[in-house]
Amino acid sequence: MKELSELKFADDVRYAEDHEWAKLEGDTVTVGISDYAQDQLGDIVFVELPQVGDSFAKGDEFGTVESVKAVSELYMPVGGEIVAINEALEDSPESVNNAPYTDGWMIKVNPSNPADYDSLMDREAYLEKLKGQEE
Amino acid sequence: MRYLPHTDEEIRDMLQVVGAADLDGLFASIPRNCRRSGDMDLPEAMSEWDLNRHMNHLAAATAATPEYRIFMGAGSYDHFIPAATTYLMGRSEFSTAYTPYQPEISQGTLQAIYEYQTFITRLLGLDVANASMYDGASALAEALLMAIRITKRRKVAVSTAVHPLYRKVAATYLSPAEFDIVEIPYGSDGRTDLGGLGNPADFAAVAVQSPNFFGCIEDLQALGQAIHGDPKTLMVTCFSEPLAYGLLKSPGSCGADIACGEGQSFGIPRSFGGPGLGIFAARRQFVRSMPGRLVGQTVDKDGKRGFVLTLATREQHIRRERATSNICSNQGLCLTNAIIYLASLGGSGIRALARLNHDKAEYLKAALKKAGVAVPFESPTFNEFVVQFPPGFADTHARLLAKKIVAGLPLGAYYKELADHYLLCATETCTAEDLDRLVKEVTS
Amino acid sequence: MNEPAGTTGLVFNEPLLWEKGAPGRCGVSLPQRDVPASPLDSALTGDAPDFPDLSEIDVIRHFTRLSQWNFGVDSGMYPLGSCTMKYNPKTNERQAALAGFCGAHPLMPESLAQGVLKIMFELQQYLAEITGMHAVTLQPAAGSQGELTGMMLFAAYHRSQGAPRKKIIIPDSAHGTNPASAALCGFKPVAVKSDENGLLSPQAVKAVMDTDTAGIMITNPNTLGLFEEHIRQVADIVHAKGGLVYGDGANMNAIMGIVDMAQTGFDAMHLNLHKTFSTPHGGGGPGSGPVCVTRALEPFLPVPRVLEAGGRYTLSDDFPQSIGKLHAFYGNFGILIRAYSYIRSMGAANLKKASQLAVLNANYIKERLKGTYHLAYDRPCMHECVFSDKYQEAHHVTTLDIAKRLMEYGFHPPTIYFPLVVHGAIMIEPTETECRQDIDRFIEAMQAIAREAEESPELLHAAPRIPKVRRLDETLAARKPCLAG
Repeated sequence: MKELSELKFADDVRYAEDHEWAKLEGDTVTVGISDYAQDQLGDIVFVELPQVGDSFAKGDEFGTVESVKAVSELYMPVGGEIVAINEALEDSPESVNNAPYTDGWMIKVNPSNPADYDSLMDREAYLEKLKGQEE
Repeated sequence: MRYLPHTDEEIRDMLQVVGAADLDGLFASIPRNCRRSGDMDLPEAMSEWDLNRHMNHLAAATAATPEYRIFMGAGSYDHFIPAATTYLMGRSEFSTAYTPYQPEISQGTLQAIYEYQTFITRLLGLDVANASMYDGASALAEALLMAIRITKRRKVAVSTAVHPLYRKVAATYLSPAEFDIVEIPYGSDGRTDLGGLGNPADFAAVAVQSPNFFGCIEDLQALGQAIHGDPKTLMVTCFSEPLAYGLLKSPGSCGADIACGEGQSFGIPRSFGGPGLGIFAARRQFVRSMPGRLVGQTVDKDGKRGFVLTLATREQHIRRERATSNICSNQGLCLTNAIIYLASLGGSGIRALARLNHDKAEYLKAALKKAGVAVPFESPTFNEFVVQFPPGFADTHARLLAKKIVAGLPLGAYYKELADHYLLCATETCTAEDLDRLVKEVTS
Repeated sequence: MNEPAGTTGLVFNEPLLWEKGAPGRCGVSLPQRDVPASPLDSALTGDAPDFPDLSEIDVIRHFTRLSQWNFGVDSGMYPLGSCTMKYNPKTNERQAALAGFCGAHPLMPESLAQGVLKIMFELQQYLAEITGMHAVTLQPAAGSQGELTGMMLFAAYHRSQGAPRKKIIIPDSAHGTNPASAALCGFKPVAVKSDENGLLSPQAVKAVMDTDTAGIMITNPNTLGLFEEHIRQVADIVHAKGGLVYGDGANMNAIMGIVDMAQTGFDAMHLNLHKTFSTPHGGGGPGSGPVCVTRALEPFLPVPRVLEAGGRYTLSDDFPQSIGKLHAFYGNFGILIRAYSYIRSMGAANLKKASQLAVLNANYIKERLKGTYHLAYDRPCMHECVFSDKYQEAHHVTTLDIAKRLMEYGFHPPTIYFPLVVHGAIMIEPTETECRQDIDRFIEAMQAIAREAEESPELLHAAPRIPKVRRLDETLAARKPCLAG
C-alpha cells in the first residue's frame, strides 16, 4: 500500500466518510471511490452496481466492490435516483485501480436533496481525516 | 498405538521445553467444572487383524451386489466400476490433500476439478459447473435458494415427480426462512403436468427432474417454454441418473437455467447412499450467485498455465453471513472419482453405456408387459420404470428377498395413490438371464 | 540442520484431458450387449457429450501425473491450523471398501441392512460418549451442514416454545461458516469481540444477549487455539435468557477424553469426522459433520433415525417434531465407516492420548518459535498456536511469503490470514501424528526462513520456485473467469 503522499486526490470532487467521491456536474452527481480506497482494496476484480432507475437514500448501500479476497460495500454519498451506471467496469474493473476519478466512475445520481452534496468533505478535509487515521 | 509416534523419552523432553510437569499439566487452562469425571466408556482398542474380522462380519450382515440381485435405483445405481478407476482413487496424493488453498502444490486437485467442471458443462449443456455440492438433494435445495436470491421472489414450484427424498431435503432447507414450495402434480403418463401452474411470474423457479423419479423422461423443451412464460422465472432441472444425458438432449439445450443432481452413477460406489456427488451447473450470467467452489484457469509468474480457486468472494470465508451458501467442505474426492470415470468412458463410451442401460430396461419392461404385468406410465423411460403388481405382491417381494432378489422399490410409502406400484431398475450390470429370472419370479 | 525435505525431482507436464486422446479410443470395456437395441423418440435424444476418447493407459498416466503435483498428508507434514491434518490410517480405507458396505443400496429393506445400521447405531453411541452429549445424528455431510442442522434445531426448539427468535451471537474469531449457516436459517448474526486474552468475555455476551436471541455459536477450543475459560459463565448467561449454546467442534482433537462438552454448557455441537476422527480430506471433501445434542433437543433431530430393539436395527421417520432431512439418504456413510474403524482401533485411552500429544506438539512449537515469530497470545495453547508476520514486516516480508518459502523446505504451509482477528495470522496445527524429529525439522525450517527474511528477503518474495508452478495470477483468474475449457 502506498503512502498518502503518493496518492492522488482530485480537487474538483467531494469526499464521503466511506471513501466515495462525488462530483456535481449540472444536475447530476457522478460517484466513484477515492485513490486511497482503491489502494487499500488492491486489485479490483469486480464491481457490482445497481440498476438505472433504482433510488437510494444517502448512506444506503448501492453496490459492492471486490478484490480477490475481500468484498467492500459501496455507500451513497448523496441520496437520489440512479440515472447511469458505468457499464465498462464489467469488462475492465481495473479502471477503478488505474483511473479512480475518471474511467473508474461507478454511478451517476439525480440527487434528491442538494444539501447532501454540500455536507461532503472537500479535498483538504478528507486529507485531514486520512492523516488522522494513519496516526 | 501405531498412529502415535512419540516415545516416553520424547514426551519427557518435550514437556520440559513446554514447562509442564506431565501431559495432564498441558490442560491447566481448562476449568474443573468442564472436565470429564471418568474415562470414556468405549470398546477396547482392536488390533488390525481383529478389526478386519469384526468388519468382515458386519459387512456380511448387509446384502449387497453382486451376491444379491438388486433391481432398484431410485437415486442409487449399480454401475460397473473399472479397476483403473478404483486404482487411481487409491492415489493418496488426491485423498490426503486438503482443499487446494495453496495452488502451487495442489495443481493435481485443481486441474482435476477444472476438467470435471468442463465435462459437466458439456454433459449438461450449460456454461459453468461448480466443484460439487454434498449430494443431489442438497444441490436441488441450493438451486432453489439461488433462484430465490436472483429473482427476489419467495415462492418456488417443484414437481411431485422429483425424487421424494430430494423434495424433503429442499423443504427442510427452505422452511426456516419461510420460503414457500408449491407442488406440481404428475399426469397419468408419469410426466409433470404444468397445467395447473398458473402464472410462472409467481415463482422464483420451477423445478422438474428428468429422468424423473418414475424413470420417465420429461419433455424438457416443452416444460422450458412454459416455465419461461415469464423470462425471469428460472427453470431448474434436477436428476438422479445423469448417465441418461449420454443419450438425451441436455437440460441446457432445453432451456434449463440451473441443472443439478446426483452424480453417484459416475463410478462412485453406492455405499449405503453416501458419499455421492452433488452436481451443480448454471448459465454464465448467474455465476456470481452460485454456491460452492469454482476453479479457474490462469497463469503463473513465468506465464505457465495453472489453476486456482476463484470468485471466492461469493463464499462463506469471505462474505460470511452474506455468502451465497454456507458450504465449505464439498465432495472433492467424489468429483475426482467422477472425472476419472468419465475420462475412461469418453464421448463414445458414455453414449454406448447409456444406450445399453436404456435397452436393458426396455427389455425388462417388454418382458414384464408380455407376462401380464401392468406398466401404468406410458412415457418413454431410461433405465427405471414403474410397474403395478397385483394386490398382495408385497408377500412375493418379501419371499424373493430370501432368494437374494430385491424386486424393486415399493412406492406406496412415497405416494399414497401408488400402492402396489414398484419402481424397477435395470442397468448394464443386469444380464438378460438376470432379467428373465426376475420376470419369472415376479409372475409365478 | 539436515538437508531440507523439499527438493526437485522429475514431474511431468500433462495436457488437459481434451487436449489428448483420439476419437474411437476407449478406456472401459462395457458388459456384453445381450439384449436388442430398442428405439427411443428422437425428439428426446441429443448428441453424445463432447468428451475426448482416451485409452486406459491415457487415463492412468494422466491422473498419476496430476497426483504427483499434489501435496498430501502422506507426502509430508501438513500443519494447517483448524483443519487437523492427521495421518489417515489405511485400514480405514480397507474397511470402507468391503463389498458389503460399498455395494449396499440405501433403500434396502432393513432386514438386509443390519450390518450398516449397526455401525451407524454404535458410532452414534461412541460420539455421544466422547462428547458427553445425549443423542447424535450422523446425517450432515460436512461441518457446515452440521452447523446448519444445529441452527435449524435451535429454530425448531424456539418455535416449540411458542417464541421464535431472530438473532444469534457469534464471536469475531469464528469461522465464516458460522454466520453463513446462521443466516441460511434466517438468524441475524450479532458479533462479539474477543477480549485482550483472545477469549470470549462474559460481560460482552451479557451486553448483547436478550430474549430475541436464539443463542450463541462458540468454537471451543477457539480458532486462536485457546480454551474458552469462561465457557460456563457464558453458557449460564445465554441459558438464563432462554437461549441455547451451539458448539463448533472443529477443534475437538484437543480435548477428547478430557472435556465433557455437555458440562461446558453446549446444547448442540458438531464434530468433523474428517478432522478429529482421521478420515481423509480428499482435496476438499467428502467430510462428515455429525451433530450431538442434549436430551431437550433430541426430538428435533433429522429423520430417519436409527433405532435398536433386542439387537435388531431399524430406521424410523416417526418423530413429529423433527426438522426434516438434510441428505437424500443417511449422510456420507463411507466416511462414517472410516471414523468407526478409527475409534475401534484407538479405544478410549489412545483417543485421549491423541489429544494430549496434539496439545503437546502445538505447545512445543509455540515455545520454540515464540522468539522468532510474533505470538499473538502468549498463553498455554491447545492443539494449535497462532503467530503473525509482525517481526518480519520491517523486512517487507509477509505471511504469504513465509508460507510460500515453507513449501520449498518440504512442508505444507500453515493456515494463513485466519483467524481474522490476528493481522497476518500464521496458524499452526501439527496434530499428534507428527513425530518429534519432523516437528523439529519444521521448527528449524521456520527459523531458517526468519533468518532469510532479514538477510535475503528476495528468496521469500520469489518463492516457491520448485513446485510444478510458481505463484499464480489470482487477479487475472477473477477478472476474466475461465471456468471451463
